[in-house]
Amino acid sequence: MNDQLLSARDLKVSFDLPGGRQAQAVAGVNLDIAPGEIVALAGESGCGKSTLARTMLALEDATDGSITFGGKSLPKSTKKLRAFRKQVQLVLQDPTGALNPRHTVYDAVAEGLRIHGIEGSNEYDQVISALSQAGLRPPEQYLNRYPYELSGGQRQRVVIAGALALDPQLIIADEPVASLDASVRGEILALFQRLRDDFGLGALVVTHDLGLAWNIADRIAVMYLGRIVEQGPVEQVLLDPQHPYTRALVSVLPDSPVGDPQVLTGEAPDASQIPSGCRFHPRCPLVASGKAAEAGIEEKCRTQDLAVLDADPRNWQSACHYSAQFGRDEVRGTAEPVADSLG
Amino acid sequence: MTSLLDIQDLTITYRGARGHVPAVRGVSFSLQAGETIGIAGESGSGKSTLGMSLLRLLPKETKVEGELLFNGEDILTMKFGRLRAVRWSGASMIFQGAMHALNPVHRIGQQIAEPIEVHNPSMGAKAVSSRVTELLDQVGLPAWRAENYPHELSGGQRQRVMIAMALACDPELIIADEATTALDVMVQAQVLQLLRDLVAERQMGLIMISHDLSVLADMCDRVAVMYAGQIVEVGQGHAMFTAPRHPYGAALGSAFPVIGDPEARRNPRGLAGDPPVPTDLPSGCPFHPRCPVARDDCSTTVPELLPVKAPDEDLRRSACLVAQDGQSIRPSSPVPPTSTQEPVT
Repeated sequence: MNDQLLSARDLKVSFDLPGGRQAQAVAGVNLDIAPGEIVALAGESGCGKSTLARTMLALEDATDGSITFGGKSLPKSTKKLRAFRKQVQLVLQDPTGALNPRHTVYDAVAEGLRIHGIEGSNEYDQVISALSQAGLRPPEQYLNRYPYELSGGQRQRVVIAGALALDPQLIIADEPVASLDASVRGEILALFQRLRDDFGLGALVVTHDLGLAWNIADRIAVMYLGRIVEQGPVEQVLLDPQHPYTRALVSVLPDSPVGDPQVLTGEAPDASQIPSGCRFHPRCPLVASGKAAEAGIEEKCRTQDLAVLDADPRNWQSACHYSAQFGRDEVRGTAEPVADSLG
Repeated sequence: MTSLLDIQDLTITYRGARGHVPAVRGVSFSLQAGETIGIAGESGSGKSTLGMSLLRLLPKETKVEGELLFNGEDILTMKFGRLRAVRWSGASMIFQGAMHALNPVHRIGQQIAEPIEVHNPSMGAKAVSSRVTELLDQVGLPAWRAENYPHELSGGQRQRVMIAMALACDPELIIADEATTALDVMVQAQVLQLLRDLVAERQMGLIMISHDLSVLADMCDRVAVMYAGQIVEVGQGHAMFTAPRHPYGAALGSAFPVIGDPEARRNPRGLAGDPPVPTDLPSGCPFHPRCPVARDDCSTTVPELLPVKAPDEDLRRSACLVAQDGQSIRPSSPVPPTSTQEPVT
């Protein structure tokens, strides 16, 4: 797949913990982002989604595996990394924390240009055009303002303008609307969509908000304990999840499309103590209800780890012994077993 | 029958260096035991101020007018000694950021025990500790967690500790201010389930304050939407989300899409503009500058909260002239693309 913009292959990231233990934040992930594509990376806190995003930006070192940008491995030298980071920009959750309170809007947006040495006569024009693209219009009126004079939504637009000023090909956004008010949320998401439609700017959006994925994403990858457990087109994954974890996540939303709420007990376990077998089995409703035992695969769920999903974006996949055996209808629990509908 | 809580024409004005800031402007509602009401709105709508005022937690210089009856007793005129008794044992509050609301250097058990000891000075240490165990159990935490410090718990567990504290003195009313906002989807579902069970088991009253209308609609018997310090729409929980009768309620609802709703797919909907500055409110309906269906008279006539027709319910009231005339509060043309332009304030 050479037409992918940013790709991760068999990516692993682990951190050393006190006492000689290791936390596997990312435990083998394949992920592709095509030019102009919006991909949502969803999951609970601690599932490794932010670490994966940061590693794809070379802000964390991968323990194993590779990341390629435009078909080439990420450079190691600081200078070349800088060129890469100009193309792939990061937008964080909290715009208030991301902006220097003593810098004006102009300085905030121009900072990236200066760091990347794109100084000169057209700096002003680039700042103006970035602000305008980010929906701060007329841009001239914002130039000399300080962050405290702006609303939360305007601050996030300034952060996005700072990213746009460098004319990137991809934005990696970590919970870009989680700290914003309800009405502003839709406005910022509409901005991401407009940037994609008008300028072909793709995005990897890290979020725990599945509604965000429904609003703007083309594809979604659901992460659990360092692995992608289900990925595919948003409509398919969210309307008819194959993996019991995705299914539970969708089921607890108001007016959920998948029927009765299935509240999982407990919280995602520690990345330093990944369960044997399927990493989800201790919380899996199919195991708890005895359905897995009935199907004669409980032993497999407890002992046999699943293969890492491949990155093929056309393929809707889930890492679950049960859905592998019976197809997604049985996970839904409403139909007769379909022996090999999905293989 | 006396209501558990009866609020009449509550008006709250902050007095600051830059003059008087009206935060809540004439809010009235009542709540019965065992009932759940949701208060929805954006930052600055006055919803948290309203919640804090119910336990008189606002700064001393804040001017609070109106009537705030808790079991028929006026909280605003109550002597401080009586107020102390009402706090925790009559009504208690679950605050938003559990990390900041818990004391980092005290064990969880100690913190839950504190209100119990204050309100039952004669209770022995053994009885207090068994009560703590009981409370931890109710919120789904094992007894040994009492020995933990807040930093040893996850966000969801801390929020459970906050709920255990709020339950410590068997209150009749709980006020939950964005109690689940910072939590993960699954943990949020766990905490909401816990609150739902508690309300049903103990016939408690619950006031849930949040900016997420979809959660409130799912959870509450009734929902009130606040804008610029006033209730602009109130009605039966789920119908408020599915069939809003105020354009602001509609905007707030569509900000959180229902997965599977084809209209929301690839179509995030927000609301252009910023909430009004409380010291400089627009004339007429405070929402008219941002309203997609505003008419000429909206900028001159202040709408009252009046009954309007809504499907499947007869409680609905809306402070919108358009809705009161029986017209649609959604723009008639196919939804125009959301303007991304924010007016310069």
